[in-house]
Amino acid sequence: MDLSYGPQYDTYRQELREFIETHRDQAPRNAPLKSDAAKSWQKLLIDHGYTARTIPKEYGGHGGDPDLLKARIIGEEFARAQVPGGLGGQGISMLVPTLLELGSEEQKRQFIPPTLAGEMVWCQGYSEPNAGSDLASLRTSATLDGDEWVVNGSKIWTSTAHLADWIFCLVRTESDAPKHQGISFLLFRMDTPGIEISPLVDMTLAPNFNEVFFTDVRVPKEQIVGKRGEGWYVANAILGHERDSLGDPNATLSRMTRLIELMKEETIGNERIIDNPVYRDRLMKIQARVMSLRFNDLRVLSSRLNNTDARLPRMISKLQGTELRHELEGLAIDAMGETGLMYGASEFLRDGGSWQNQYMYFLGLIIGGGTSQIQKNIISERGLGMPKEPKFEQSSSKTN
Amino acid sequence: MDFGLSELQLSMQENVNRFLAEEASLDRVREFAASDHSLAEDIWTGLVNLGVVGVLVPEEYGGLGLSAMDAAVIGECLGNHVTPVPYLATCVVAPRAIALAGTDSQKDEYLPKIADGSKTIGLALSEACAARGKNGASVRNGKLTGTASFVSDPHADYWLLADRDARLHVIANDARNLEVKVMPQVDRTRPLCELAFSNTPCDSLPNSGSTVLQHVLDVAWTTLAFDTLGAAQSMLDQAVEYAMNREQFNRVIASFQAVKHMCAEMAAEIEPSRSLLWYAGYALDEAPDDAHLHACHAKAHMAEVGTFVAKTATVVHGGMGFTDLLGLHYWFKRIGFNRQYLGGPEWLREQAAIAQNLAA
Ligand SMILES: Cc1cc2nc3c(=O)[nH]c(=O)nc-3n(C[C@H](O)[C@H](O)[C@H](O)COP(=O)(O)OP(=O)(O)OC[C@H]3O[C@@H](n4cnc5c(N)ncnc54)[C@H](O)[C@@H]3O)c2cc1C
Repeated sequence: MDLSYGPQYDTYRQELREFIETHRDQAPRNAPLKSDAAKSWQKLLIDHGYTARTIPKEYGGHGGDPDLLKARIIGEEFARAQVPGGLGGQGISMLVPTLLELGSEEQKRQFIPPTLAGEMVWCQGYSEPNAGSDLASLRTSATLDGDEWVVNGSKIWTSTAHLADWIFCLVRTESDAPKHQGISFLLFRMDTPGIEISPLVDMTLAPNFNEVFFTDVRVPKEQIVGKRGEGWYVANAILGHERDSLGDPNATLSRMTRLIELMKEETIGNERIIDNPVYRDRLMKIQARVMSLRFNDLRVLSSRLNNTDARLPRMISKLQGTELRHELEGLAIDAMGETGLMYGASEFLRDGGSWQNQYMYFLGLIIGGGTSQIQKNIISERGLGMPKEPKFEQSSSKTN
Repeated sequence: MDFGLSELQLSMQENVNRFLAEEASLDRVREFAASDHSLAEDIWTGLVNLGVVGVLVPEEYGGLGLSAMDAAVIGECLGNHVTPVPYLATCVVAPRAIALAGTDSQKDEYLPKIADGSKTIGLALSEACAARGKNGASVRNGKLTGTASFVSDPHADYWLLADRDARLHVIANDARNLEVKVMPQVDRTRPLCELAFSNTPCDSLPNSGSTVLQHVLDVAWTTLAFDTLGAAQSMLDQAVEYAMNREQFNRVIASFQAVKHMCAEMAAEIEPSRSLLWYAGYALDEAPDDAHLHACHAKAHMAEVGTFVAKTATVVHGGMGFTDLLGLHYWFKRIGFNRQYLGGPEWLREQAAIAQNLAA
């Protein structure tokens, strides 16, 4: 085992720390999408290679050589400083990597630069009312009419659809093909005529979600990623990226650092919460799991550098990362007691209500992006080689 | 021997559940949550007509004069329907405190108005349970100074307050030198506020002290545990029903062992808790030596089970559980509220240890 990153990386880390210290006042806090603050921070980070580092310059990235260790150092240092790193969102974290892998040259040039810059916001149109875990049964259809696809149907749980400029959307184009082979991956503007968005409030009370309805939405024929009927495989390339980004241990580390401070601030009677061995033990247990997941990440990284196998460590990361984060946020609420119940603007709130908010939101992420049960199916079937559940081709009767 | 709810208790539950299902539906709860949180008169009047509001008021003051266990099993129904009324405060804790610690004239003053539903009383007891920060109130020359946080029911007519010396006082909402600040919180079926006192007049209950305070807290904890029990049962019922109807992969999701086991685990946690709560409720009036220990454990344990059920039932619902569409989060938040309100599980378990001389 060789854990030294090497002297050039120590220098790199040092420079990054100095950069963060110098610029931390410019870092946006809860800046709205497309705000100047968010965009100029993003630009600064791209210029310095602290986000979009390996994406070629002609697509609006920094154009650096792939270097997984640098990528890791970046993640670590922004988390450590509790300063937001580069922009996320479904466009940047999911669509951009997919286009890089599977998009046409034109698509890369058209979509990647504005997306990276934070000017083009995307939403992910996958789930439908009857196609959640069983995504491949989706029914929204697209038929070719001359040079255009005509899209009909509806999507649900579409995060940020109301803010998005574009959607990457799974539609059924081959009605006769087996269900996984009949799907295509389309990109289209959210202001195309025939799109109706209806907001859905979630348990955090934020209108994060939407239902999106399509009635004869016309999409230029070339706005398809991959070939007709290959959408399922394109989507799975993205799902991998999504799962890697949900429950990110660096973000969890950042929350844990804040939680430790909080536990020093909050008191029960005259005792600081951190001085209470019961809460402290819970914190230490969580810390061990945060550490485990961070080293798990290191192992996944190492296996990529050295071409060794780390399938299981990678498969468990969404499951464990989201469950852990939900628990960590819950500990903060317990540590605050009744103060932990506060929600909605008031002088009594701690940290802007983020603990309640994230406690609920991470319950959402235990469900979103493939539920914990689906993750366990994947781990047992693909990771441990256990047999799949028998499939029903026709709807089984409800009394079965 | 007969360990179970009595016929009277079962029929009270049936009546209350029927009323709440009809007149206090989720739509009504949503309406309350979006309102300024003043008393839900329609629901309240219905509960008055059922006699529920006076459950703990002695008969000579116009109430039913029933036991704390009877009051708790009604509380279970309210949790089951996430009902937004000041039941715990007005119908359970206040009448018990006033009956035990008030003078005859105080009883004459408050108890009939509780029994007929014309006045409501909120609770300012949080400083007596795992108090956070430096809040608290003291009485000098019959006047209150200090603050009380996490006080229930900002629109109540009175509040029942425990001061720093474990004495109980009733404060009228139109008292001089009283400031009320709403404390917005996650469960919008049970509003909270902060009270600030500066020489504020109050009506002190002369026979109060640590013994009475401990008893009313035991009653409150047990009733809150029953509220969580009712809410958890509802979440399990909703999860089972949803799973039997939702299809994915051409089958109802209830046919996946993963989903069945989630539901079975919820049931396996709820059922023994219910038994613990029955004994805790019984002990309040029938086995006073056991009451405190069992109240601590009932509230703490039910909080843990509730947290597990709230999460698991939400997961069974998938994305539907996370959105507002089915309103499942009202139960989730009610359970979350009950967990922290008047003492979290860690603190209560410590009280349980202290009660057995296992801790300093
Ligand atoms: C916070 C959040 C954000 C989201 N964002 C988006 C988005 O931007 N775009 C988008 O397209 N979608 C989005 N979704 C939708 C998400 O992908 C689905 O909610 C998820 O895939 C689950 O599908 P479902 O809600 O239909 O639940 P269902 O599939 O109905 O699942 C219900 C229950 O059944 C269980 N279950 C189902 N199948 C099996 C099985 N084979 N074995 C064992 N158990 C099973 C599940 O685990 C779950 O407990 C989001 C969801 C959430 C919660």
